[in-house]
Amino acid sequence: MNEDKTDERRRAFLVKLSVGVAGLSAAIAGIPVLSALLGPLLEKTPRLWRKVGNVSTFKIGDTKRVIFENADPENWAGVTARSAAWLRRDSENKFTAFSANCTHLGCPVRWEADAELFMCPCHGGVYYKDGTVAAGPPPKSLVQYPVRITKDQVEILTSPIPITNITA
Amino acid sequence: MKKLKQIWHWIDDRSGFSEIFMPLIKHPVPPGAKWSYVFGSATLFCLVLQVITGVALSLLYQPSSSGAYQSLQFITHQAAFGRILRGIHYFGASAMIVMVGIHMIRVYITAAYKYPREMAWISGVILLFLTIAMGFTGQLLRWDSNGVWSSVVAAEQLGRVPFIGKWLARLLLGGDTLGGHSLSRFYSYHVFIIPAIVFLFIGYHLMLVIRNGISEPPKAGRPVDPKTYRQWYKDMLKKSGVPFWPYAAWRDLLFGALVIIAIIGLAVAFGPPELTQPPNPAMVYATPKPDWYMLSIFSLFALMPPQIESYMIVIGPLLTIIILLALPFISNKGERSPIRRPWAIFGSGCVVIFVFSLFLLGEQSDWSPKFKAKPLAPSAVGNKDPEVVHGAALFYKKGCLYCHRIGDNGGTKGPDLSHIYSRLSESEIKVRIVNGGPDMPAYGGILSKKEIDEVIAFLKSRK
Repeated sequence: MNEDKTDERRRAFLVKLSVGVAGLSAAIAGIPVLSALLGPLLEKTPRLWRKVGNVSTFKIGDTKRVIFENADPENWAGVTARSAAWLRRDSENKFTAFSANCTHLGCPVRWEADAELFMCPCHGGVYYKDGTVAAGPPPKSLVQYPVRITKDQVEILTSPIPITNITA
Repeated sequence: MKKLKQIWHWIDDRSGFSEIFMPLIKHPVPPGAKWSYVFGSATLFCLVLQVITGVALSLLYQPSSSGAYQSLQFITHQAAFGRILRGIHYFGASAMIVMVGIHMIRVYITAAYKYPREMAWISGVILLFLTIAMGFTGQLLRWDSNGVWSSVVAAEQLGRVPFIGKWLARLLLGGDTLGGHSLSRFYSYHVFIIPAIVFLFIGYHLMLVIRNGISEPPKAGRPVDPKTYRQWYKDMLKKSGVPFWPYAAWRDLLFGALVIIAIIGLAVAFGPPELTQPPNPAMVYATPKPDWYMLSIFSLFALMPPQIESYMIVIGPLLTIIILLALPFISNKGERSPIRRPWAIFGSGCVVIFVFSLFLLGEQSDWSPKFKAKPLAPSAVGNKDPEVVHGAALFYKKGCLYCHRIGDNGGTKGPDLSHIYSRLSESEIKVRIVNGGPDMPAYGGILSKKEIDEVIAFLKSRK
């Protein structure tokens, strides 16, 4: 009788031990797995100033598409490492850079120079030249990227794809 | 021959094949389960086809952001039967979505989700969304400009989720912009993660078929009573049940085979969707559009009132999932016959019409500016007055023609302006042009006074 009780206690302990150790091994194995899954949240992407052209190549009043490489692209990214922005030279020393992503669902807006409007092909979003919404479903103005001039070079700060949130 | 038989008996005895699988293959089913019961198994046949063609594609595909596009070109234009292989995988996905849809409508209309098959419905709803997720992630793996922009659109939708939206968008894309991680992740979602969950739920879904049996064809005036149903079902099977193989299964097999032959036929005849431009996010002159089974949602995004849209992007899918999952809890007993449940037929009819109408609207995409519109030809202008000719040129240059029709040229986002002067006065037209409207830019700051007069002169000339 007494022996049975000890046996039961021993068994209960061994069960707890085995489940515990198994859980521990799963948890440890899970760390690198979850890191791979959640990697994009753990790494911080640096932001860099990228040259997009000499100041003199932009005419005052004109809006041009400029292409630049994202900060810290992987070697295997290929053409996907590129981003585009619409860059306007407002005056001698003032530039404005608009994100090429529609604030509705991120489709690529195109600048229609004669109409002085940005238009989106997906759901018909239209923006005025200052980026404010002119028509269609976009909930807010086009996002602007930081621009600066360094030694006659126009530079754009690499930025995340603008994600519109629920309150916009 | 005798020797072979002996060998088989040995294998069968030691492997336990007959003992394990025969009861499943021969399990009794209700006698009236005929052609309306083939759509679930047809979905399964499509899935098997997708798995096999998917594995074959993976032998040729490069799952990297830089190499995928070229490898797809190779598969489509160079590899032996590559075009047909991609075509089968594309039409197989389409067929699977159609079969899932019909299967689900059949189950709903005949109330097969009622007691004791609630879990079959719930796992089915989960499988429906997993199937759609497979379709969408598959579209992203077609790594052309359409794939790139579709992934951005998906990230934007996830971005609307309160609090964690930005993180979800980042997780989807593998960073805060597209890049090297993007396609690796989409590949993993489409080839490993979602299929693993699909297999899990299909296994469970099928296990439930064995556990609860397939629903018997409904009969008006024979309601489901949870207290007596299981016993009644058991007695019914004992009395008149027929073995699944071959009495019921031959229809599944025949219909499944016909579906697969149709898929292959379509693949040979039409081939896979042609790739668009390379996956370069800097190429902004793209017109992204999803595959047909996503078009209804695409239309919804264009047509929903903008004020509520950001909320509906989150609430809409959530509400749909909750309603679908709640269905067997709202009514799990009573009549199953469609004749006694006219509202179920009416409701399903409404959903089908709604989704199909949105699909047709998406095909036309009236809301998109027609960038391909050509300048108005002199014959279309039909007037030599310099002011009118200038106005006609401005009508094209300033983008009016992208949204308005003149004769048979132009877009359809705004009203047809071919004969606008017969509807509006000159001052009314002027007010519209200068101030714009709810869905039209105000051209007051874009056109000079003289230009406005010229555009009006052009519109006036077309009485």
